[in-house]
Amino acid sequence: MDKIFKKPESIRNAGTHYCPGCGHGIVHRVICEVVDDLAIREKLIGIAPVGCAVIAYDYWDFDVTEAAHGRVPAVATGIKRSLPDRIVFGYQGDGDLGAIGTAEIIHAANRGENITIIFVNNTVYGMTGGQMAPTTILKQKTATTPSGREQKIHGFPLKVCELLSVLPGVVYAERVSIHNPQNVLKAKKAIKKAFENQIKGLGFSIVEVLSPCPTYLGLSPQDAVKWIGGELTKEYPLGIYKGVA
Amino acid sequence: MKKVLMCGNEAIAEAAIIAGCRFYAGYPITPQNEIPAYMSKRMPEAAGGIFIQSESELAAINMVFGSSLTGTRAMTSSSSPGISLKQEGISYLAACELPAVIVNIMRGGPGLGNIGPSQSDYFQAVKGGGHGDYHQIVIAPASVQEIADLTMLSFDLADKYRMPVMILGDGILGQMMEPVEFKAVTKPQIKKDWILDGCKGRKPRIIKSLILNEAALEKFNLKLQKRYKEIKNKEQRCEVLYGDDSEIMLVAYGTSSRICRSVVENMRKKGRSIGMIRPITLWPFPEDAFKKLGKNVKSFLVVEMSCGQMIEDVKLAIDCTRPVYFYGRTGGEIPSEDGIIKAIENY
Amino acid sequence: MAKIKIDIEKCKGCGLCILYCPKGHIKQSKSLNKKGAYPVEFIEKDGCSGCSFCAIICPDLCITIYK
Repeated sequence: MDKIFKKPESIRNAGTHYCPGCGHGIVHRVICEVVDDLAIREKLIGIAPVGCAVIAYDYWDFDVTEAAHGRVPAVATGIKRSLPDRIVFGYQGDGDLGAIGTAEIIHAANRGENITIIFVNNTVYGMTGGQMAPTTILKQKTATTPSGREQKIHGFPLKVCELLSVLPGVVYAERVSIHNPQNVLKAKKAIKKAFENQIKGLGFSIVEVLSPCPTYLGLSPQDAVKWIGGELTKEYPLGIYKGVA
Repeated sequence: MKKVLMCGNEAIAEAAIIAGCRFYAGYPITPQNEIPAYMSKRMPEAAGGIFIQSESELAAINMVFGSSLTGTRAMTSSSSPGISLKQEGISYLAACELPAVIVNIMRGGPGLGNIGPSQSDYFQAVKGGGHGDYHQIVIAPASVQEIADLTMLSFDLADKYRMPVMILGDGILGQMMEPVEFKAVTKPQIKKDWILDGCKGRKPRIIKSLILNEAALEKFNLKLQKRYKEIKNKEQRCEVLYGDDSEIMLVAYGTSSRICRSVVENMRKKGRSIGMIRPITLWPFPEDAFKKLGKNVKSFLVVEMSCGQMIEDVKLAIDCTRPVYFYGRTGGEIPSEDGIIKAIENY
Repeated sequence: MAKIKIDIEKCKGCGLCILYCPKGHIKQSKSLNKKGAYPVEFIEKDGCSGCSFCAIICPDLCITIYK
């Protein structure tokens, strides 16, 4: 019998620290599958965010740096401009990209930096204990929205792909989800495209990944993915917001 | 190279490029705007040189972080309020052991303050500024020539010790024009075996500051402290004027020291026993020079363009064994010779 | 015919593979692993097509598929 599904070369063998059913493990793996497919591991520099995924460097088997909270796109800019023939990608969560680092992502995108951003949107802050994220949907309960997010108090959920897609520097913006195997495969296709764009020197690409955080959604892993496939994808429609597949 | 007439800010930029700086990111703020303007013109002329006008000081320092980790000599510049915004990034540079040169052309504060020259960011520069147990080397030039020489030195020190180096000037030093000669680089840059440039032919590398294990973080901090101790031993720099035969020693750096120099020379002509210590490195503070002073020195007068910050380090350097007096102007005001002389006569 | 191999010590028992196995060939174990989780088990019977859904959705790289 032949192995038809095995771990990608670019990922280390160690188990992760993530909670059961957390989507980060899937996104980490999919990125590594793409890195293997495109044979870019040896010229790749990844940037890990602040948040649950900060320790991504322990799982990825290529050069990785950490960045201060929200500053991933600025660090990516510094790296890519200094080494334009390397492949640079940033991995950001919803707090990192959508709250504390909003200025950096908008301006890196608007400059058309030739980088790839993987934006993991799980609608909640994991590392700090389940507080409201900029992408928390209305009525969603979190540690800091105990009665559910209310627009009058907390504002609206932030639509990152929609927002960035109007910028001329962005060549590709797609929202995908990993709530079932079919969508994981679509996410992989989008992530691959985002890296291919950089290899071709086309400019800024972002893939927003709707991802489960069962612990702080207060749901079982199975119910968390069902919630994403149902309610969350209604608030955050999947699809390409800029560019072509 | 022949002498040219240049303002301090431009001399910083030109010296940086001669020193091999190939990445600059910054956000405009007065009184240092000549630096980004000069860099925007000169960087593209230098092979591989990158200039970015960033969206903020936060972005600038983190772009420098990114460029530095590729092994590129990288610099940013700003003035007081902008330097406050860069503090988080400086802490991360220190924690990730990344070299970088940060220029602070100080202005009046606190808050937005004004654009007058000031030395009121001394504490922020030498005592940490950002969070955590770290230091940066702080260099205080006092002339445009020294700006050129010390900027080049700053890149060497940053690379050698893998840490941020701050050039601390003020609005006067940045704006004033003096003849300057740029010296040629004689030493090759240190080879960096820790950079991230893709893991081809080697094991992957990680640059990080998150050390969750308490014992491991303590060990790392002690490693930094060991390096800081080495720097304290090797890198103290200062100029001592009449240290052997003065009863009163003025202590001043940067612009204040230029005024104090006139005071010393003029009072000496009148037979007064007065000298000056001019720290060139503010961190490490030139404690050894204070300890070497003769017993004839009876007291010190610290002159600063602040309400008194460096005075604390002077007291520490002499273990409070002799009186240390203070004269300062603040808010963008500049000490006058008369004011300093009056202060000397009054104490 | 295909077969899956589950690394039960890495498995955190999230059960996403159980949810998406079209043949119902994966179940939760009744005994704890060293992590303190109830890992999943492959029900050894014919009919696994090697669709890989279980491995694709597994967040922890616990599943290898042979065909």
